[in-house]
Amino acid sequence: MGMTIAEKILARASGKEKVKPDEVVVAKVDVAMSHENADVVRKSFIEIGVEKVWDPKKIVIIFDHRVPAESERTATTHKAVREFVKSQGIKNFYDVGKGGICHQVLPEKGHIFPGAVVVGTDSHTTTHGAFGAFALGIGATEMAGVWTEGELWFKVPHTIKIVCDGEFNPGIYAKDLILYIIGKIKADGADYRAVEFTGSTIENMSIASRMVICNLSMEMGAKVAFTPVDKKVIEYIHQRRKDWSFDHNLKADDDAVYEKVIHIDVTNEIKEPQIACPHSVDNVKNLSEVGDLIIHQGVIGSCTNGRLEDLAEAAQILKNRKVHPDVRLIIIPASQEVYLEALNRGYIQTFIEAGAMINPSGCGPCVGVHQGILAAGEVCISSTNRNFIGRMGSKDSFVYLASPAVVAASSITGKLTNPINLK
Amino acid sequence: MEDFILRGKVVAVLGDNIDTDIIYPGRYLNITDKKDTAEHAFELAYPEIKKKMEPGDFIVAAKNFGCGSSREQATAALKYSGFGGVIASSFARIFFRNSLNLGLPLISSQDAYKVIKEGDELEIDLLKGIINDKTSNTQIIASPLDEKAVLYLKEGGLIPYLRKKYSKK
Repeated sequence: MGMTIAEKILARASGKEKVKPDEVVVAKVDVAMSHENADVVRKSFIEIGVEKVWDPKKIVIIFDHRVPAESERTATTHKAVREFVKSQGIKNFYDVGKGGICHQVLPEKGHIFPGAVVVGTDSHTTTHGAFGAFALGIGATEMAGVWTEGELWFKVPHTIKIVCDGEFNPGIYAKDLILYIIGKIKADGADYRAVEFTGSTIENMSIASRMVICNLSMEMGAKVAFTPVDKKVIEYIHQRRKDWSFDHNLKADDDAVYEKVIHIDVTNEIKEPQIACPHSVDNVKNLSEVGDLIIHQGVIGSCTNGRLEDLAEAAQILKNRKVHPDVRLIIIPASQEVYLEALNRGYIQTFIEAGAMINPSGCGPCVGVHQGILAAGEVCISSTNRNFIGRMGSKDSFVYLASPAVVAASSITGKLTNPINLK
Repeated sequence: MEDFILRGKVVAVLGDNIDTDIIYPGRYLNITDKKDTAEHAFELAYPEIKKKMEPGDFIVAAKNFGCGSSREQATAALKYSGFGGVIASSFARIFFRNSLNLGLPLISSQDAYKVIKEGDELEIDLLKGIINDKTSNTQIIASPLDEKAVLYLKEGGLIPYLRKKYSKK
């Protein structure tokens, strides 16, 4: 019997020839990423009482949740992490202005490779399955354990395979596909499971779109998610990484065993943009079913949808148009690199001319901390990843999740709008 | 905890998908001392829970409790508020691991949320996986704790476990 991608990676990382679902293994960690919560990790690490981290080269720290520091409390934690990073000799540290959102920066700076075991103190670490990494979120104390030992126990997950075939209809994107899937299998539909996405739709996708798919798989509970390792992935990594000694042909065995196989006929099943309505990501409807919805704020950004192709889409829609007078449109390039390229291509100028505000690269309002908080009764259409109660501010505000194109179109009209209907 | 029997009353019975933003709002994530997280537990969505609760009280919920963010503050806020544990049909993965690591007991029971009422007095045998609802005089089946959970609960969580392991070396 063959192995799935998750089983192959855990077998290698735990020094075994073969592993089976539900088996508990101890795997070596290749990349251990933290953002601001490195300060929680640091405190747990100090409590454990070990002097030095296991391998400073494998630890990556990227500030993104509160950049630049929005309060004295945050400034104090930032400072403590900076001092810790220096004292431990951690070179892979991306401070304010040097990186951007952690899940964009990790692959962009060449830290991710197929077959890697990647743990991050952020739930959306599943993003890196777009590069064939076994990548998942863990808590801060668990990370302190990784900093101490360089390894972690895992229960080998069962794998669900989702086969997506067909071309996207006009105005439909990777975001719509993954929201559609989450709406179908629900917020706990992949709890504790690995998910492999395959099929022509996924193969034809850009790297950025595959990152959207793997990123949001977390919202159906997936432990890890994978899209295929192909020429596009290898090229991306070759451009950004010096060490090419990874498995260039990582894929599931033909006779791998799946818990479930789900088929999606993308062209016939998804005919309209998908909207995740308050207050859960699995509350997904066709745009026309949501009905008339006046919006007060639009947000294009986050680890889900703040990449160059997202900004390109938004720029195309906003070119020679104006953001509605009653709407604040906030645009957040996912990283400094994305920001610079958006600037070079003229997108930023288009956004400013349209009346949008550009935030610094980071999580911005998505975690409800700063840079676009909602008041009670306000409605936000957002390309981000969560619409929980109080996620972006007041507990009485409403966040609707959609593709960047829907956010851009709706910000122009002031109400929920299908981009293909924009005059 | 020595005998793995928990006693307390139920302070709230909640529904599906109680997410980590409900348990611990994102705006307080820059609080990095675990004990200081307690005052913000359920602050936005269910502020009455904290007002009503007494040490040792249980939260009961339906499926996928703790879904969303990896924020350990969600577990810490419950633990340091003094909750005795959470009983739910299922738990989201990262929240489950965080609770193991910080030593907050989680009890999986498919039907508990349908049977147990707010205010009920419970006695829970963690090793056997039995919830005794003393108010309604009912026994409810739960999953017994797995090996890791028993180990970490005995040790008080991952930090004491590792501290002991590395102080021997």
